[in-house]
Amino acid sequence: MSIRVEHVSKSYSAYPALNDVSLTMRDKEFVALLGPSGSGKTTLLRILAGLEVPEAGKVWFGKRDVTGDKPASRGIGFVFQHYALFGHMTVADNIAFGLDVMKRSDRPSRDKIRNRVDQLLELVQLPGLGKRYPSQLSGGQRQRVALARALARNPRILLLDEPFGALDAKVRRELRDALRQIHDELGITSIFVTHDQEEAFALADRVALLNHGRIEQFAAPPEIEAAPASAFVSAFLA
Amino acid sequence: MTATGLREPPLVKVLLIAGAVGYVALMLLLPLGAVLAEAFKKGWQLWLAAVTQPDARASIKLTLLVAAISVPLNTIFGVAAAWAIAKFDFPGKTALIALIELPFSVSPVVSGLVFVLLFGAQGWFGPWLQDHDIRIIFALPGLVLATLFVTFPFVARQLIPLMSAQGRADEEAALTLGASGWQTFWRVTLPNIRFGLLYGVLLCNARAMGEFGAVSVVSGHIRGETNTMPLQVEALYNDYDFVAAFAVASLLTLLAILTLALKSALEWRHRDQLSARH
Repeated sequence: MSIRVEHVSKSYSAYPALNDVSLTMRDKEFVALLGPSGSGKTTLLRILAGLEVPEAGKVWFGKRDVTGDKPASRGIGFVFQHYALFGHMTVADNIAFGLDVMKRSDRPSRDKIRNRVDQLLELVQLPGLGKRYPSQLSGGQRQRVALARALARNPRILLLDEPFGALDAKVRRELRDALRQIHDELGITSIFVTHDQEEAFALADRVALLNHGRIEQFAAPPEIEAAPASAFVSAFLA
Repeated sequence: MTATGLREPPLVKVLLIAGAVGYVALMLLLPLGAVLAEAFKKGWQLWLAAVTQPDARASIKLTLLVAAISVPLNTIFGVAAAWAIAKFDFPGKTALIALIELPFSVSPVVSGLVFVLLFGAQGWFGPWLQDHDIRIIFALPGLVLATLFVTFPFVARQLIPLMSAQGRADEEAALTLGASGWQTFWRVTLPNIRFGLLYGVLLCNARAMGEFGAVSVVSGHIRGETNTMPLQVEALYNDYDFVAAFAVASLLTLLAILTLALKSALEWRHRDQLSARH
């Protein structure tokens, strides 16, 4: 699903976190929001998720204005930096959560939910780990579970907040490849936040570079490298 | 750093442990033992007679009733207050935290007196209450109000640091997964705080049953009617009826031990989940 952000602004008490930001992401695109801390990249992601409400501007998913919609009704999946898995639930229950909380009339049967959980565990390459608790998994495995959980309701848009931030380099690379593969396989639109330029350029179709709540440049990695749009971009790449 | 630097000489170790054990024995076990010894000094038949005597039974019933009303109320208010404070930012948050802790810093006598000033015969609402034939002071509502006031902080204080440390990520995850606010609370927030909550509720209950000062002011000390167990103990003691006084006191002590045992048992039964959490 395509995403359009129109003149979005948001400030936290004193300083502006986002300042009149506009950008359009294409259907099935893999986009990185890149920038130093305090640049507003996470705020933009949280506005897309509905976890923050912009003070001005609009957000469109396809032809639908979702600016005032709650996170639950947006049809998104969200992956947190520190996994945010439910510690008192097994891996299978974590993944099934999105399906379990559906209205009775819409909710799939128990068998269907179980099958879906198994299917998602396969997808994130953790088959057979459904009965474990999150605390019994490694960091990389936990983030895979979080990814499976976010995908349970077939979201058209996947939002990831520094998804590799808490992982070591080797696990990071493995998970990165897995994520790109899942993205291509499912044909969803994915947006992830990172402060790591190498990661953004390796993984994303297009990279939005943010600084002080503004978009400095939004383009494909080769294009940014060939023609940095501002002094900030040149400095950030250096 | 090597471990040798951290190792105390054996003598110091023995002295420290002996000191700690001795202190606990002197300050906690000796008085507790004395209560039980006094209660059963003249045999268990006398003890049984003392605790089944009508006024004593009425005081036990009243204490249980007051706790049964005030503990659930303060559990709900405590969770609500802790949730608001830990998960949201709003102006006046620090003031609210200070206010919640107020009952801890106010003398219980004052806590009771407040309600006499409000609802007593000479109090602000006294005449209106008398006109409508509603009794608050020297009756059950006054006892409940005073107990509510004194035990208000227990649940909230237990939960605020816990919920603040847990942050909002779990709740946000639940919301993005399509859960309603209510589902998020029951399925995510509550399981995350259940042991802290349980601990708070047990402490709240222990205090609700044991409170003396505040309840004493609003009770009126009518035997068989408005005397809770702690007040009954005092009344019997003042009558020089030591066996009966210690018998009722021993019940309160057993209640405390039961509370402690319940807490330990729950912790032990759920130790797998407790250790699985982190």
